[in-house]
Amino acid sequence: MKKRHFLKTTLMASLASLAFSQAAVAANPVLKIGFVGVTSGPAASWGISNQRSMETRAAWINETGGVKIGGTTYNVEIVAFDDQKDPKRAIAGMEKMAQEGIHYVVGPNVDDGAAAVRPVAEQKGIMYFPYAFPKSLYTKPASNAVLGMVANYQSGPAIYSYMMKNKGVKSVAFVAANESDPLSQRDGGVAAAKALGLKVTSSNVTYQVDTTDFTPVLLPVLKTRPDLLVLSGVSPANAPQLIRSARELGYKGLISTETAQDANVLKEGAGDLANGFVSVGGASTPQLASDMMREFVKRYTKMFGEYNDESNTKVYALEYILETLKANPKGMKDVAVFQKTMDTFEAPNPYMVGDAKLKYVGMSSFGQKRQVSVPLVVNVYNGGKFETLFVAQVD
Amino acid sequence: MEQIIVNGLYLGAQYALIALGLTLIFSLMNVLNFAHGQMYVLGGFVTYTAVAQFKLPFVIGLVLSAVVLAVVGGLVEKYLFRPVIKKSRREESTMLLAAGIAFFLDAVILLVFGEKQRGIPKIIDGVFNWDFIIVMPYDRIVIGVIAILIIAAFILFMQYSRAGRAMRALAQDKVAATLMGVAVDRYSMLGFALGAALAGLVGGLLVTITGINLGMGGPASIKAFMMIMIGGAGVISGAIAGGFILGMMESVGLTVLSEYGDITYLVIFASLMVFLSLRPQGLMGKPWG
Repeated sequence: MKKRHFLKTTLMASLASLAFSQAAVAANPVLKIGFVGVTSGPAASWGISNQRSMETRAAWINETGGVKIGGTTYNVEIVAFDDQKDPKRAIAGMEKMAQEGIHYVVGPNVDDGAAAVRPVAEQKGIMYFPYAFPKSLYTKPASNAVLGMVANYQSGPAIYSYMMKNKGVKSVAFVAANESDPLSQRDGGVAAAKALGLKVTSSNVTYQVDTTDFTPVLLPVLKTRPDLLVLSGVSPANAPQLIRSARELGYKGLISTETAQDANVLKEGAGDLANGFVSVGGASTPQLASDMMREFVKRYTKMFGEYNDESNTKVYALEYILETLKANPKGMKDVAVFQKTMDTFEAPNPYMVGDAKLKYVGMSSFGQKRQVSVPLVVNVYNGGKFETLFVAQVD
Repeated sequence: MEQIIVNGLYLGAQYALIALGLTLIFSLMNVLNFAHGQMYVLGGFVTYTAVAQFKLPFVIGLVLSAVVLAVVGGLVEKYLFRPVIKKSRREESTMLLAAGIAFFLDAVILLVFGEKQRGIPKIIDGVFNWDFIIVMPYDRIVIGVIAILIIAAFILFMQYSRAGRAMRALAQDKVAATLMGVAVDRYSMLGFALGAALAGLVGGLLVTITGINLGMGGPASIKAFMMIMIGGAGVISGAIAGGFILGMMESVGLTVLSEYGDITYLVIFASLMVFLSLRPQGLMGKPWG
């Protein structure tokens, strides 16, 4: 009898505490923000850094009482969908977001996924923030995509110019994975290099992403003796192996890429052979980072165990969405209002010191403001960590 | 040409080792283990954890990979494949189970080891350079030699040990082997454990060269299936031949066809289709199964 009474009391207490905790959580209405991107496979770290950045920031916002938009305070909920880098799944992911009534989505991470979801996003009234570079996504008549980072055709010329002026680079060779993103980045890089007057010694060698030995891949490229070897669109998984193979084959020139990399992955995979490797970094440096950025890094590390430098860029998309909605709450239900607000939107950038602003850019590249403004940080890897080579801004 | 041959031999040695475990499991149990690639990835992460996190010697990491994967393989056989094989008469049940295990292992690896590429420092520094005719880092030479030694040890084990003979008997004729007193359950479990341990060993070996990441499992499985299709499913010597043939084709293709773009695997797949239409049982497989 006593046992039954104990069980009954425990059950009642559990139900009561559950109801109470749900009531506490439900105190604020929920604002759902979607993420559709790759969180599995060789490029998983690109999407996972997105998702984790969003989850870290959302948890932080909710912990401090929520975000106030138009007089209502919302808790932020991140609805994530792994598209496995498959355009068909990306479409399914965007459909799911539409079914859940979500109007703002971060991702997809790659070109074909971002292009595939465009009809769904435009038809269902979803603004999405891809990390993909095709200009057609951001130029008219396209309307709903906002580039979440600096594109390779913006960072490439900046890097090549720097190399020409400071390192005396005269020739360049490109190698890319046989996938849409790296190939389009390679083509953009080749065009930019030629426009700057560089001699392109090799640009048609490609490799499978699951290659386990890059020696045969790089042999014909390195025989052309370029001053600079560009690893177009290289994934963090392949970069250390390519660098290592190039150095082991006796290549003494410079190596660079326009994608973001992870210092720890380079350290583990290539060690000191990666010294001097130039890549685009996350949109922050110790000199640029504000206290809020440092707090974000701390919280991210606490939540997920290890920070990803790419999240210095990935943290911005959610911030842009929320701040733009704050600027015009009518955008909550109507993305046309959001788009109109983008043209004049400006707010203090909480992640940078000084008077940096959050604002939409892209007039030069796309003819309309369809890109978030984040600093272009170009890093050089040395002794296990990145050092800032130079910082630039995209118009 | 010398460089192409050396690259092909190095690739072939690692491929053959991957294919051996897969073909052993297939020959014993008629199971297409779609999770073989994930087992290889798990082996890589075990060595990574032992060496990079716990600062243990590479050899210990390698042994741990083999042991952990052998235990995983044994448990998978005993508690998953064995009941399904006994209860289901449909062959696709085991295929579905294998695919399910592959997804499960992917999820476990993501949760435990994360999404990032991982690697451990080179075990030996320096590069063998014969007047730029043959350029090969010393660590690849060592890994290639270890892979060949493991293949040799495996062949000797299968040829001369009691357990090896029992497993070969099972592979040839399960009913006859049972009637002769071979403990089917015990040797099936041992075979599965051995196959998984081989996958773990390759993962451990290659983590020092190529590193390891979550996404490597699927492609590794596909390549392993290609090798056993070339050599003949369920035949040990066929898996070795298939591994070296694929390695050599890849090396030659990447060098000779590089100026035409990435068509090496297109050519390999096309050749494989033609080859299988002429000889569906592979080089050394039996036409009757």
